[in-house]
Amino acid sequence: MPTEAMPLRERFTQGLDAPICLTWELTYACNLACVHCLSSSGRRDPMELTPEEARHVVDQLADMKVFYVNIGGGEPMLRPDFFDLVGYAVDKKVGVKFSTNGTRLTAERARRLAGMDYVDVQISIDGALASTNDSVRGEGSFAAARTAMDNLAAANFGQFKISVVVTRENVTQLDQFAEIAESYGAQLRLTRFRPSGRGVETWDRLHPTSEQQRMLYHWLLERPDVLTGDSFFHLSALGAPLDGLNLCGAGRVVCLIDPVGDVYACPFVIDKEFLAGNVRQNGGFATVWRQSDLFQSLREPQSAGACASCGSYDACQGGCMAAKFFTGLPLDGPDPECVFGHGEEALAARDAAALPGAAIGHSKVDRNGTPIPVPTPVRFRTRALA
Amino acid sequence: MSITDERVDASARDFDPDRAWRLHPQVALRDESFGALAYHYGTRRLLFLKSRPLVELVSALDHYESARAAIEALVPESEQAQYTRALARLAKSEVIDAH
Repeated sequence: MPTEAMPLRERFTQGLDAPICLTWELTYACNLACVHCLSSSGRRDPMELTPEEARHVVDQLADMKVFYVNIGGGEPMLRPDFFDLVGYAVDKKVGVKFSTNGTRLTAERARRLAGMDYVDVQISIDGALASTNDSVRGEGSFAAARTAMDNLAAANFGQFKISVVVTRENVTQLDQFAEIAESYGAQLRLTRFRPSGRGVETWDRLHPTSEQQRMLYHWLLERPDVLTGDSFFHLSALGAPLDGLNLCGAGRVVCLIDPVGDVYACPFVIDKEFLAGNVRQNGGFATVWRQSDLFQSLREPQSAGACASCGSYDACQGGCMAAKFFTGLPLDGPDPECVFGHGEEALAARDAAALPGAAIGHSKVDRNGTPIPVPTPVRFRTRALA
Repeated sequence: MSITDERVDASARDFDPDRAWRLHPQVALRDESFGALAYHYGTRRLLFLKSRPLVELVSALDHYESARAAIEALVPESEQAQYTRALARLAKSEVIDAH
């Protein structure tokens, strides 16, 4: 039928002239140090795009008719030009959906956001209880996020989103997350925990067990109103497909622009293997998107490899490229969380010495260059925030 | 990663082909080889129009006194029922609205 999405999947895997949407991490600076941070954020990068360069990126996205960007970080609200840039984007009809830890979302800023069109806000929590959340995101981070939610509600912002990365520890709290969202009239958004960034170090301990994944799949099937960013398509091999496109859009219909303007295939593969170019180069983002060798190759037909003989390959497409890469599995084989257990077999057989690790990181270090243990407690500025 | 994060509202909207319809003022279309992407800035929903003739029909709706008149003028008779159903779905998701 003319408006159905599924037959389009093959078209999308061949790439479009412009991304459908993309993720733009505005800064690597962060006042939290979550143990699963996909971008290993903490320190601001001195090569961060200037306000002028950032506005030029928006100009290009508007020219390419990219309808919206998913803004993240780091903590995007730490960028001094955050509101200027968001305002500049929405004026050009590039809608903004941004993720924040909420620590800088004061009552006044909530009112300011409530007055802007085309801005969606996602507040991240990773536990329905402070204890569960703070063990991942840092002491005090749950209270800070709830205060931000209260501020948005008091400002009549309208429907915001509560974003949760599903872990082994919080997967038992799905109903409680739904209750918190309902209490604010907010939408719940669950996304998959990938072994990216600092997640490389914590994935073994925190990714949901196979039994939990099955429970999650059935929970999601019963709640089509819960958003997932299409991130659990590896679970579609369990039966009826979950809502969404059920494909890996990396370099085909989505990508990542990082704080220094580097363009990666997706937000979960910040690694030189998946670096397509930089928005500062000639032709800017549009040229990287359309001409980079990496993106061209991702738009070629991909081999199903070891998954070719599996009857569920059409449903899961072999899963997530980033999850395979950072766990040291071949990209043309099963996802490490393959619902049939093929990923676990592959993990057991891999050469642990060959793991890529997280080479590009901005985790905070002390004056001797020693990494500061994560998570770290939230420290609030004592003076009133503008 | 996130591609289609918004879900279609289940509440049905009646599609009356005898009324005048148009592309919803808050919807933008981006032409693609397969048809077009449609984005609704109000509901934040992304949809796909999966054929060029459908894109042309939707874009031309406001030149006709009714959706039926537009379909009869622009769509071969054998496909008119299919395109009427397509418009009904687009009305349900507010890509087009009656005016």
